Amino acid sequence: MTENNELIRLTAAALAEKLAAREITAVEVTQAYLDRIAAVDGKVHAFLHVNADEALAVAAEVDAIRAAGGAAAEELHVLAGVPIAVKDLIVTIGQPTTAGSKILEGWHSPYDATVVERLRAAKMPILGKTNLDEFAMGSSTEHSAFGPTHNPWDLDRIPGGSGGGSAAAVAAFEAPLALGTDTGGSIRQPGAVTGTVGVKPTYGGVSRYGAIAMASSLDQIGPVSRTVLDSALLHQVIGGHDPRDSTSLPDPMEDLVAAARTGNVEGMKIGIIKELHGEGYQAGVENRFNESLELLKGAGAEIVEVSCPNFKYALGAYYLIMPSEASSNLAKFDGVRYGLRVLPEQGPMTIERVMGATRAAGFGDEVKRRIILGTYALSAGYYDAYYGSAQKVRTLIQRDFDAAFAKADVLISPTAPTTAFKLGEKLNDPLAMYLNDVATIPANMAGVPGLSLPGGLADEDGLPVGIQLLAPARQDARLYRVGAVLESLLEAQWGGPLLDRAPSLTAPSLTDSAPAVAGAPASHGGSH
Amino acid sequence: MTDATLSFEEAMEKYDPVLGFEVHVELNTKTKMFSSAPNVFGDEPNTNVNEVDLGMPGVLPVVNKTAIESSIKIGLALNCKIAERCRFARKNYFYPDTPKNFQTSQYDEPIAYDGYLDVELSDGTVFRVEIERAHMEEDAGKLTHMGGATGRIQGADYSLVDYNRSGVPLVEIVTKPIEGAGSRAPELAKAYVAAVREIVKNLGVSDAKMERGNVRCDANVSLRPHGRERFGIRSETKNVNSLRAVEHAVRYEIQRHAAVLDSGEPVTQETRHWHEDTRTTTSGRAKSDADDYRYFPEPDLVPITASREWVEELRATLPEPPAARRKRLQADWGYSDLEFRDVVNAGVMDEIEETIAAGATATVARKWWMGEIVGRAKTADVDPGQLGVAPATIVELNQMVEDGKINNKMASEVLDGVLAGEGTPAEIVEKRGLAVVSDDAPLLEAIDAALAAQPDVADKIRAGKLQAIGAIVGGVMKATRGQADAGRVKELILQRLGVEG
Amino acid sequence: MAAINRDDVAHLAQLAHIEMSAEELDRMAGELAVIVESVKSVSEAAGDDVPATSHPIPLTNVFREDVVGHTFTAEQSLNGAPDAYEGRFKVPAILDED
Repeated sequence: MTENNELIRLTAAALAEKLAAREITAVEVTQAYLDRIAAVDGKVHAFLHVNADEALAVAAEVDAIRAAGGAAAEELHVLAGVPIAVKDLIVTIGQPTTAGSKILEGWHSPYDATVVERLRAAKMPILGKTNLDEFAMGSSTEHSAFGPTHNPWDLDRIPGGSGGGSAAAVAAFEAPLALGTDTGGSIRQPGAVTGTVGVKPTYGGVSRYGAIAMASSLDQIGPVSRTVLDSALLHQVIGGHDPRDSTSLPDPMEDLVAAARTGNVEGMKIGIIKELHGEGYQAGVENRFNESLELLKGAGAEIVEVSCPNFKYALGAYYLIMPSEASSNLAKFDGVRYGLRVLPEQGPMTIERVMGATRAAGFGDEVKRRIILGTYALSAGYYDAYYGSAQKVRTLIQRDFDAAFAKADVLISPTAPTTAFKLGEKLNDPLAMYLNDVATIPANMAGVPGLSLPGGLADEDGLPVGIQLLAPARQDARLYRVGAVLESLLEAQWGGPLLDRAPSLTAPSLTDSAPAVAGAPASHGGSH
Repeated sequence: MTDATLSFEEAMEKYDPVLGFEVHVELNTKTKMFSSAPNVFGDEPNTNVNEVDLGMPGVLPVVNKTAIESSIKIGLALNCKIAERCRFARKNYFYPDTPKNFQTSQYDEPIAYDGYLDVELSDGTVFRVEIERAHMEEDAGKLTHMGGATGRIQGADYSLVDYNRSGVPLVEIVTKPIEGAGSRAPELAKAYVAAVREIVKNLGVSDAKMERGNVRCDANVSLRPHGRERFGIRSETKNVNSLRAVEHAVRYEIQRHAAVLDSGEPVTQETRHWHEDTRTTTSGRAKSDADDYRYFPEPDLVPITASREWVEELRATLPEPPAARRKRLQADWGYSDLEFRDVVNAGVMDEIEETIAAGATATVARKWWMGEIVGRAKTADVDPGQLGVAPATIVELNQMVEDGKINNKMASEVLDGVLAGEGTPAEIVEKRGLAVVSDDAPLLEAIDAALAAQPDVADKIRAGKLQAIGAIVGGVMKATRGQADAGRVKELILQRLGVEG
Repeated sequence: MAAINRDDVAHLAQLAHIEMSAEELDRMAGELAVIVESVKSVSEAAGDDVPATSHPIPLTNVFREDVVGHTFTAEQSLNGAPDAYEGRFKVPAILDED
């Protein structure tokens, strides 16, 4: 058990090294994670499906190749045998894909997403599929049709969303790595509130083929991990051109791992976005943010202030573009070709009514809200005022970024305005829920890459705070270069990874919550 | 319920028709518009599909480059401008044959626009039809309605969906309103669709078989009183899928509109459905403001830019335009203007070309198509090309005649046999025991008998009045029950009488 | 811009093919009114001179060569179908024509 506990706490990079050195086997590692899932996922509910047999088979194959040695062993990918969890928005052969929705319950994809093909090519055992807000629509994972995921730092709190399952799985040591998708912050915001690292690559940097679309022009798949280097390693596996995605960038990928390994901020200009901190941001979030700025300054970076005046329209424009595209993308779920079919209880049995009844029963409230809102924004007479205007706002946001990046190499902000709130707290207030994404949405609107890394625990509630870094389009490497520096400075200050301070989840409950950090115990944190 | 109609002549006296056409052309690319599944007609249902065509969760479209090039070629052949930049859009509506519940189409940015097509009518009059746009889109799957009495959608118990056709590339060619056709509107309608079909076939971008739905026509008709500029309310008759049907549908709609207008009622703006059996249309769904397709730019695809170099490169590959081709074929074949126009109007120019390519002379090919096949097609109420006569059959039949194995009358009989599916010409000749009596002895016997029976005629022939020979030939043919080769009989008669032919 | 009301929601639900109960329509109308109000400022943010951005990273002419790829068997195509008959997807009768 202790030995397994050590295994699951290793970073993906460390696992990779030990596997390559044959100090450990992929089966041991995979089994350790499966054991951990069995032990804690009842509380966390990060997984919707556990893929034990296939994961162990892939692990055994890697071990066999390594044991045989020779060219095949040499050719193994650096992450071969390192397990991974996949957000259940990404289709996989051999496992169900639900998108967190009743409408797809039990559906098995006949094809693999491009990123999944790449995981398989790298021989990374897939541990299972992680929970999410239905069709990735939400910021708390409470909109999953299969029940919420709980934040490993405090099981009464949300793990963020929509990728709460992936973030919680990594934070709870149920997986060393996970895939997420980020349309308005669904990788970064869960990363922030769970004390993990999450990256939204440049739009087009990672193929969207096989990620069930919410908003096509905003969606990106990206890595979820416990360290900046681990995200870079995973990003390198999944990134690069895919001819099946017309919006996939043809550019060759930069060496992101090298960027993470040779982090350096000396002489770099780091821009604080005036509009993305201060008012509306929790005090503990602001404190940790300021602390990070001081650390970066100490490491030789120049901190400058930039203004992005049009960011104030970003949330509104996002809530027009995203639902518009989603209303069309989700039209295919109609009970004809796959998934749920519900017959109307009374009245004529026509396909139109079957579609209406199926979608009524199969979609949850948030999905319906967004579909109706998007249908409204696209409908005759409103298109110019809504969708058309929102597309113009995108131009303005891009111009703001251009101006900001003329002054700074990377931009920095808190990832989310608050730490994790209580489950149920904002469930009946859609607008309050939407405000969680205010700092993450501009990157999606402009297509630029963003990374969130843990910035410490908020003083008032002892919960993780996320620091967001943003770089110009195609300059994802900068995020890793700066992120790695900030991470190492912070960890030096903390005396180890932030997640060392998270509750163990398996220890007896009373000794469990002893906080390792000044402030209130994590599970009894003050409100914000 | 049948709608009232006015006679065409009366309708024309009172009203001026305005037409408009939307012709959908299925491209013959190897793969679909947005997926790599094969674009093949008529296979086992739901096998020419992959995840993209079935609208599975997570799929993305990628544009077929050949389909773009074909579309540009069509635009060029229709004298259109080619957009330097254009996009796809989503047309959102729910229907079970549409797997994503939106059609990826072009909306405000078609790839080709502002063109024209000069259409030649049967008497040689050239009528210019203005083209509004040609845009790209994808086809839907195929629905089959089961149960109920008619096999039609009304009253069906359930429907079955085959998505093999889903995603097949289409180019939709939309005309501007066509004014001034007057009573020639039905003829123009047919000639226009025939011209479009000819162009896409000639370009090699479509199989252009109307009976397979490769070319489908929606015909808009409206009437206005003579002298009024404002258009009347139009109906749109969907899926009129043969050239004859186009002509008939336009004629019928003109007559129906005229009756509605005469009754003092306004015409309903609606979709009509063409019924080949009754040669009438019936009301489909009323077009109302409820149709809200919520078009927006397709976010999964990026814009298309057609550089001038690319367009010129494609233009250089265009084949000879049909009008020029007609001119060339007429010269090559040596047909008179009248002969050639008859061939074109009968719709057998391509067939004659194929028959010549198969080895027949221009004269022989024309004789067979115009003399034998067109009439049979008319009787069968199909286009001549669809009757099922292969060029090789004609060549074979003609060869038999030239070899003296059968005569023309027998050849015609053999053709009937071929069309009845009795086998190849050789088999039918064998089976039916048709063979020209080629041994001269029985013929000479019959000739001698005929000459003896009509000595006065024999004298006339001897005196050089060769036209009198018909009476003797007739007698011989009668005696041989038509099995003799008339040419040979003539030769032998002249020989017998010692007259130079 | 007009505020969104219950009738609008009913019409939109019909366009979106989602059956909604009376209570649901009421609730949704209330929620959407708040959301629509909050996004209103977007229509005044940009002037006519600002072009629309539909793709964050501009690309053009992304094409596929016309080469046949993989296909499904009928069985694979119909594997997840709620109902099927003779190799085809089976759906209840269709109400409107066209």
